[in-house]
Amino acid sequence: MLTLTSPVEIWAHRLAAGTKLAALAGATTGLFLLDAPWVLALAGVTAASLYASGGVGFAKAGVRQLWPLWPFVVLVGLWHLWTGDIAGGAVVLLRMVTAVALANFITMTTRLSDMLAVFERLARPLAPILPPRRLALAFALVIRFIPVMLERMALIRQSWSARSPRQPRWRVMVPATLSALDDADRVAEALRARGGAG
Amino acid sequence: MERNLTHIALFAALIAVLGLVPKIDLAAGVPITAQSLGIMLCGTVLGARRGALAVLLFLALVAAGLPLLSGGRGGIGVFAGPSAGFLVGFPIAAFVAGWVMERTTLSPAVAATAASVIGGIGVMYVFGIAGMALVLGKTLSEAAILAFAFLPGDVIKAVIAGMVTQSLARMRPASLLSRA
Repeated sequence: MLTLTSPVEIWAHRLAAGTKLAALAGATTGLFLLDAPWVLALAGVTAASLYASGGVGFAKAGVRQLWPLWPFVVLVGLWHLWTGDIAGGAVVLLRMVTAVALANFITMTTRLSDMLAVFERLARPLAPILPPRRLALAFALVIRFIPVMLERMALIRQSWSARSPRQPRWRVMVPATLSALDDADRVAEALRARGGAG
Repeated sequence: MERNLTHIALFAALIAVLGLVPKIDLAAGVPITAQSLGIMLCGTVLGARRGALAVLLFLALVAAGLPLLSGGRGGIGVFAGPSAGFLVGFPIAAFVAGWVMERTTLSPAVAATAASVIGGIGVMYVFGIAGMALVLGKTLSEAAILAFAFLPGDVIKAVIAGMVTQSLARMRPASLLSRA
């Protein structure tokens, strides 16, 4: 399965995932505490230069990642033009777009396995109720079963189409859920036969 | 033990798969994605605790960088965007839906529809609207207008969640862990 990590390797890929996440947490908190438009504009320019430092291809991919925000930008922009509170609108939009852009930057420059390793490390204090091995196994199971279930969904839809001229619509949900439940039982048995989930 | 783990993991995968199926497939003419249907089913089928854990596992993988939210979105950025409130509400919605399901003795269809409306719409919208108000710098009522555009689709999903849960209860009574 494709992840959101950028295939274009830049300098930020080499930083430790934990460090990047801590910096992001700090920066995002700062963004939500700041109110001055020019400070937020400066933060926006900083975020843009981070993307620019990765080259044209990387920056383009970054813009594509931000694209789903456009309806909100248009909506809030129009709203503030209507009420005449331009500075207020600039603050809201700069803060939102910068916060999302910074977070996307971390996602684009950190491999999935490194990110999951940080999560597993963060969950270590929970070890008495959530053993780290079980968490890692849960991550792996989900990643493995998404393509399996996608394929099964397509099969269910195909067999429906073979029997009926109409679209299956929500009816595929019942066999899909049922097969997830059956899989869960079978995988549980298989795990137990191999020494349990640890 | 293993059964708990695999049910949580497989339902996390189910939420992801439902976000990837094409929108139009679910109901005639209404462009709704099935992702929040997956959240509702986690609660009504798995029950409160397992349902919420399945949703949390799904969100952890989204945050880690898998594009599993409907529309192929993902990464940490979605937790800073306008729909962050909905994401925070996801596990709580599943928990509440599961809790309602566990506490009533109504027939599975009625109980699951009610649980989906209370958890998957009521709880979800409270968090979603608060999140949008915060990120977009708007009042709660202004954010609510925006959120209610999705209400018709979500009502359809709650009814579908009820019908699916009912079918599961009839075909495989033991599979309804929320009623076990």
